[in-house]
Amino acid sequence: MSGPAGVARLMQGNEAVVEGALAAGVRFFAGYPITPSTEIAELMAERLPLVGGKFIQMEDEIASMAAVIGASLAGLKALTATSGPGFSLKQENIGYAAMAEIPCVIVNVQRWGPSTGIPTAPAQGDVMQARWGTHGDHPVIALCPSSVREAFDLTVRAVNLAEKYRVPVILLMDEVVGHMRERVVLPPPEEVEVVERKKPRVPPGDYYPYRPDEDGVPPMANFGDGYRYHVTGLVHDEKGNPTTDPRVAEELLLRLHRKIYDHLDDILSVERYMLEDAEVAVVAYGAVARAARRAVKEARAAGINAGLLRPVTIWPFPEREVAELAQRVRLVVVAEMNLGQLRLEVERAVGGRAAVKGIHRVSGELITVEEILAALREVPEHA
Amino acid sequence: MTGTWEFRLSGSGGQGLILAGVILADAAVREGKNAVQSQSYGPEARGGASKAEVIISLDEIDYPKVGVPDVVLVMSQEAADKYAPAVKKNGLVVVDSTYVKRLPPVPGRVYSFPISRLAKERMGKELVANALALGILVGLTGAVSPQAVKEALLARVPKGSEAQNLQALELGLELAAAQAMKASA
Repeated sequence: MSGPAGVARLMQGNEAVVEGALAAGVRFFAGYPITPSTEIAELMAERLPLVGGKFIQMEDEIASMAAVIGASLAGLKALTATSGPGFSLKQENIGYAAMAEIPCVIVNVQRWGPSTGIPTAPAQGDVMQARWGTHGDHPVIALCPSSVREAFDLTVRAVNLAEKYRVPVILLMDEVVGHMRERVVLPPPEEVEVVERKKPRVPPGDYYPYRPDEDGVPPMANFGDGYRYHVTGLVHDEKGNPTTDPRVAEELLLRLHRKIYDHLDDILSVERYMLEDAEVAVVAYGAVARAARRAVKEARAAGINAGLLRPVTIWPFPEREVAELAQRVRLVVVAEMNLGQLRLEVERAVGGRAAVKGIHRVSGELITVEEILAALREVPEHA
Repeated sequence: MTGTWEFRLSGSGGQGLILAGVILADAAVREGKNAVQSQSYGPEARGGASKAEVIISLDEIDYPKVGVPDVVLVMSQEAADKYAPAVKKNGLVVVDSTYVKRLPPVPGRVYSFPISRLAKERMGKELVANALALGILVGLTGAVSPQAVKEALLARVPKGSEAQNLQALELGLELAAAQAMKASA
């Protein structure tokens, strides 16, 4: 049951993803249920038919990603949800969506891996898989919520960004945020910004499916609307026909990057908490950012000028924001439930201007406030 | 209520501890408080260790997991061995004596009831032991009002089971009230 907007209620993170998807206009879900994302499939199966949408449980994750791509080509906003093992299987078709510029959202509620690992334990081990899981030099957008309300907001944003830039967008959750329930107030539908993909403004005969507008994004016709065109994972020209022309190949890949990297102001977002006068900072995302926020408060209470930089957009990596931070603080503590996947990015962006210290936990348990606080207390004298 | 209440509800999979945690958190939200509920459990639907955690606070809740709780419910021997000692000094440990035969030393006050047996005898269904336990927890702590927990329970339990669950909850509240009378006598 959805319940009224504007009223406080107890909601699970996965449930908020479903509410966000529906509010953003998602009308197709294909998936293969997997812990800890299963509630998303269950609720989509319940809710989509009530709004004229379609739910399909496919035979596996590869097929479900293919179905999502097909539905999107036919004009529907489409989403799938999975966890690590399923995310691995979806990668080939995620690459296809990147290459053929098919909007879609993949929710990955991260659990302990590799392989089937611990299905019910949280981890953040798929950070690099979200970036580079499919082969080739593809751009990608990944967003990382750390609360139930943000699971709603970022699902809406993921759908909007996918439609606007015609890219696969990954909502990179973790088991803690997916399964936890907390008090949330959702916005009324009229306050939710919803983006629709650009449609052709020319008749079918004049339509070049891969000729971009000035923003680098080509208008997209629905299959079935009379605009017949070829969709392929091969390098293709503006007509969509395969080619091996080196100039076309290079221009295509560069444009796929430009359409994202020319719009970083629109795509990137970070949360800055108590950073104005901070001398030490934590970089954390997802559920770990909640421990970091608490640690910052406790550090402040103990007289340490601490702050938090939380990447909300994790890919593209907000490197300018981290570089700016490095000029102002002496120590950057990176806390994550993996062995240092984002720390490498942070170190690159910091570029030696501040000390970087990692807190990495792979026990399947959330990093504690005390662990982060202890790291904040060890400020180097000269960084 | 002042400050923050942290609960850990532990036992075996299938005892409905996660649902009890959800209802408790839901009740707090109905009263305008902040609440976070999280859980850990194995891949099985029944059996295996199960644990639900609830934080209720008037303040913003940053860290969603419970450290050392104010209140621990133990509904299996394994849960008693593992979680009963980890309670705050002067905290509460509520024990289902149906399954917990040996309680390790605990720093808090212990309240022992044959929760599962009472559910089976009085309500005819051991399945509602979670609602009975919840009534005891709410009655002993006052972390949420009986009215709010009743509303939350009715909204969250499976259709058709409302009456039995409500009875179990009320029995739990009564047991807690009787316990408080005894303590003050």
